[in-house]
Amino acid sequence: MDIGQVFTFSALGSQFLVGLSRAMILFIVSAGMSFVLGVLRVPNIAHGSLYMIGAFSAFSLANLFGGGSGGFWLALIAAPFVVAIVALVAERSLFCHLYEREHLMLLLFTFALMLILGDLVKMFWGADYRSIMAPDALQGFVSILGSPFPRYNLFLLIVGPLVGIGLWFFSNKTKIGKIARAAAVDREMVGAIGINVSWVFAFAFVLGCFLAGLGGALVSPMVSVSIGMDHDIIMEAFLIVTIGGLGNMWGALVGSLIFGLTQSYGVLFWPQFAIVFPYIAVVIVLTWRPRGMLKSVW
Amino acid sequence: MFKDVFNLKSLVLPGAIFVVLLILPPIIPRFYTYILAVIFVTALLAMSLNMVVGHGGLFQFHHGAFYGVGAYTVALMLTKTSLPIWACFVAGPIMAALVGLLIGAFCIRLTRLYFGMLQISLGSLVWAIAFRWYDLTGGDDGMHGIPMPPIISSSKGAYYFALIILAICMIVIYLIFKSPFGATLQAIRDNPDRCEAIGINVKRHQLIAIVIATFFAGIAGVLFVVVEGSVFPDLLFWVYSLEIFIMCLLGGWFTFAGPILGAAIMVSLRTFVGIYTEYWTLILGIILILLIFFLPEGVWGYVLEKLGSRPKEAIEKGSK
Repeated sequence: MDIGQVFTFSALGSQFLVGLSRAMILFIVSAGMSFVLGVLRVPNIAHGSLYMIGAFSAFSLANLFGGGSGGFWLALIAAPFVVAIVALVAERSLFCHLYEREHLMLLLFTFALMLILGDLVKMFWGADYRSIMAPDALQGFVSILGSPFPRYNLFLLIVGPLVGIGLWFFSNKTKIGKIARAAAVDREMVGAIGINVSWVFAFAFVLGCFLAGLGGALVSPMVSVSIGMDHDIIMEAFLIVTIGGLGNMWGALVGSLIFGLTQSYGVLFWPQFAIVFPYIAVVIVLTWRPRGMLKSVW
Repeated sequence: MFKDVFNLKSLVLPGAIFVVLLILPPIIPRFYTYILAVIFVTALLAMSLNMVVGHGGLFQFHHGAFYGVGAYTVALMLTKTSLPIWACFVAGPIMAALVGLLIGAFCIRLTRLYFGMLQISLGSLVWAIAFRWYDLTGGDDGMHGIPMPPIISSSKGAYYFALIILAICMIVIYLIFKSPFGATLQAIRDNPDRCEAIGINVKRHQLIAIVIATFFAGIAGVLFVVVEGSVFPDLLFWVYSLEIFIMCLLGGWFTFAGPILGAAIMVSLRTFVGIYTEYWTLILGIILILLIFFLPEGVWGYVLEKLGSRPKEAIEKGSK
């Protein structure tokens, strides 16, 4: 391989954009995880499964709505709600009875949920690989700095910041967002002033899972949708929220950028061990700042 | 020292079980010999995890990584070098303990969930290396048909080897629990701040506990290679690590024998349920939910509580 050809300016530039668009998916998913972590103080291990359900239901809904561009857009909107309903059912039927227990039990519950959801997806959709076509407007390439760049990735670069702004607006400007943040800091005090903390937690959990579903639906045209995609994303989301600072949404953004970019440049430099680069970045960050880049909420 | 720690009465039951297990292999079918050997390996692994989780109060979420390191080290040394067998067998646990020291030194700076999450991540790095490095580890296929000396290559030989090593390790682990170090570790679990205040170096004790536990995990890894004759990256996958965690929970983590019982139940269930359905993880998930809701102190913890040999308050206090 000729080094000079690989590391041209345009190759580095387009890889930067690829990494950036990957980081947007990671941000949407890990912001959801971080939100749950911040309010409930439990890393939701089932988050990856909900992401997977988001991708699978986007596939099924797109077919249900007649395929094509219209089907895709409707599926993109409806799939996260399917995931949110799954999360709400799990939360209200089982999870909400555990809030008084120690955190380890909550964590193990989310693990049990992951195991169950993983097998339910296998029962429902089977072990085949699925793929979804992006709508016509987002297919093909645009030329940036002289190198072709997929339009869909460009679309992600727009959606990611929108979700970030929406989440910021929600948690800082709306009443329920403020209550959720207050419950993250001092749940007893929030309960004492007459707010039903259990429902606040339910809401935070469902919102976090909604974002997981959105991430899954958004990623579905880019990858082959299959069982096992939950394991990859959950580990990445774990790492991202850890290096970002637990429960900090902007930390999730910083972590996603570090992760997405090291991943995409890793592919360029050493394809076989590309998977190792983000981990090395994590080790460096945590050696330097053991509790993450930004302040954690607890 | 033995007289202080062991009394005759408490030795009757384990001794009887050991004797029964010694005379079983010629009587039972070969398949059951193999299942029992797998249970021994898994029991040792669960016990080593319980050392840091139940007795140390650390969230050791990726214990499987060290198990896998031990297994891979032995498998690689046996196939790629011509060193004597015993050297390979000793190298496995030592390598696991070294990796445990390295990862532990990173994680120990953090507490509780941060600790667990960082350990899952670093352990996954080990998994990623084993999974990707085709030339050395065979990637996702793993390595099969690892040569063994004739005395332990038969299923009976492997059975006896695993049983005897397990028995020795159990005695050593029991001695560690009863030693001043073990007592300090439990004190740290129950109240780290107070321990710090009376001059105990909390982090150092925890790190030593991790190194010891990973050493025993390495031994379990060696036994796995002896029993199965193969290694594969699933050993180091984080889901398996949490499965070991569930074994400790299932048996009862504030008890000595709990993890052994938990491992025995899980391995048997996995084997016999696996015959009827491919949805093993679904069943595992349901078991876990039932445990969390109805039996948080574990099967053995529940039995001990009912027998009255351990007051309920002690268990409740321990779980805080």
